[in-house]
Amino acid sequence: MRVNGAEVEAAVDPRTSLLDLLRETLGLSGTKKGCDQGACGACTVLADGERILSCLALAVQYAGREITTVEGLAGPDGPHPLQRAFIDHDGFQCGYCTPGHLCSAVGMAAEAARGVPSYVTADLTADRVVLDRDEIRERMSGNLCRCGAHNGIVAAIAATYAAGPGERA
Amino acid sequence: MNPFGYARAADAADAVRLGSAPRAAYLGGGTNLVDLMRRNVVAPATLVDVTGLSSAIEERPDGGLLIGAAARNTAVAEHRAVRARYPLLARAILAGGSAQIRNMATVAGNILQRTRCPYFYDVAGSRCNRRHPGQGCDAIDGHNRDHAILGGSPACVATHPSDMCVALAAADAVVHLRGARGARVLPLTELHRLPGDHPEIETELEAGELITAVELPPLPPGAASGYRKVRDRAGYAFALVSVAAVLRVERGVITAVRLALGGVAPKPWRARTAEQALLGAPADPATFRAAARTELAAAVPLRHNAFKIELAERTVTAVLADLAGEAR
Ligand SMILES: Cc1cc2nc3c(=O)[nH]c(=O)nc-3n(C[C@H](O)[C@H](O)[C@H](O)COP(=O)(O)OP(=O)(O)OC[C@H]3O[C@@H](n4cnc5c(N)ncnc54)[C@H](O)[C@@H]3O)c2cc1C
Ligand code: SF4
Ligand code: FES
Ligand code: FES
Repeated sequence: MRVNGAEVEAAVDPRTSLLDLLRETLGLSGTKKGCDQGACGACTVLADGERILSCLALAVQYAGREITTVEGLAGPDGPHPLQRAFIDHDGFQCGYCTPGHLCSAVGMAAEAARGVPSYVTADLTADRVVLDRDEIRERMSGNLCRCGAHNGIVAAIAATYAAGPGERA
Repeated sequence: MNPFGYARAADAADAVRLGSAPRAAYLGGGTNLVDLMRRNVVAPATLVDVTGLSSAIEERPDGGLLIGAAARNTAVAEHRAVRARYPLLARAILAGGSAQIRNMATVAGNILQRTRCPYFYDVAGSRCNRRHPGQGCDAIDGHNRDHAILGGSPACVATHPSDMCVALAAADAVVHLRGARGARVLPLTELHRLPGDHPEIETELEAGELITAVELPPLPPGAASGYRKVRDRAGYAFALVSVAAVLRVERGVITAVRLALGGVAPKPWRARTAEQALLGAPADPATFRAAARTELAAAVPLRHNAFKIELAERTVTAVLADLAGEAR
């Protein structure tokens, strides 16, 4: 598979989760293990640009795919705009949930840009998604923050994407 | 987790061949199966990855849709035709899990996801007839707030957790199957079984039988449809009660209706008793409430979940009232 743009090859036991492959085998410890049961979102990464939970993903199933972790978000000219916004808006306290929130929000913006509705979208047939606070909260509800930094997190995401979703992924 | 082999099926025939091996299990997005394996609730010897099978969403000549079993939940919910013609299905899918889970989960995996009864997952500490037949059920006298009020048995009172299936039940969806003995179809409402004396037998599927697609017939012309989910927090929680409904009102009279409930029974619950009370009746709140009552007359509450009866009545009434407003 490709991880953050680099080709990697690893022989894994079928039991290995994508999360453990990233953290233990490849040494990419940015992606966090919160619950290991799909309930917290700390392990969120992007697979071909789509946000997924790496703790419930068997690594073997993702052979040949393009995986992006928090380590791969920054560009050549510094942090991703969303990363800057998290700093500006106090989007974290302990930071444990932050890598998951960042990857999740990048994936969320891409979904919104292609018009994917959410449970709170009033008009399911609308072409354009307006990322207001309610939409952001609902769309990010798969990422929990035990420190309660949600207000800063939503503010950072709104500042980055509310104007025009998903230009940068 | 016990060791297991992994094989990727090239097509449905290949999957059925691989799936006939002893203790093989099909693997969709893994969002339920991987968790169950990690907690030692199940221990397949081989996983047959079926995510490479058809995920196409095709228009049918009758105006319906055929959805490949490997279609991701997000792909179904965002599909133009689903959003425009089956709002109940789009809304139900979007009510389930989180976006990450919906990006991974497949249609077939969603249909065959196992109950979220906590005792079912607690292999070391709890008795569960569904997991270990004959062991007993720790939910019946335990914490059963989330459990069934309809269709349970003295052996098991677990609920089926899927949101999507409730909409499929109300949409008259048909499941396409393929097994060693060939292909067949089954209405979704006949796929899952009530627990009775054998909660460990959860569906009508034969060993190794594969879901290949789900077919949606067109909804009645002129009908409105919707889905509402009631849960303990605003997002990312399983349903306490959910309602999927299709309703057509002409000159104040209900001329088509389909109703299904989630969170209340061991299978997606098609509310046919209520439907009979509604068809041909005036579309007003008194009718809706009375019809909900007739359906829930059969409810058997447990110690902690009697609130679900009133909650289900109110939710049915509210959803039908909303749709009657839209249909006018
Ligand atoms: C934290 C969390 C919250 C959730 N919340 C909700 C919720 O609110 N509402 C909701 O509806 N769901 C919820 N879910 C469940 C989720 O929707 C399911 O886990 C998912 O739909 C399963 O799909 P999958 O493709 O990942 O299935 P898998 O986990 O891969 O498989 C599930 C089952 O289906 C079988 N299977 C898969 N494909 C086939 C096939 N083609 N033919 C035959 N058998 C097959 C597998 O063998 C297995 O038994 C939640 C899950 C988690 C982890
Ligand atoms: S309700 Fe069903 S799944 Fe839950 S413990 Fe009882 S037998 Fe097991
Ligand atoms: S670690 Fe994957 S969701 Fe919690
Ligand atoms: S900042 Fe601590 S968990 Fe979110």
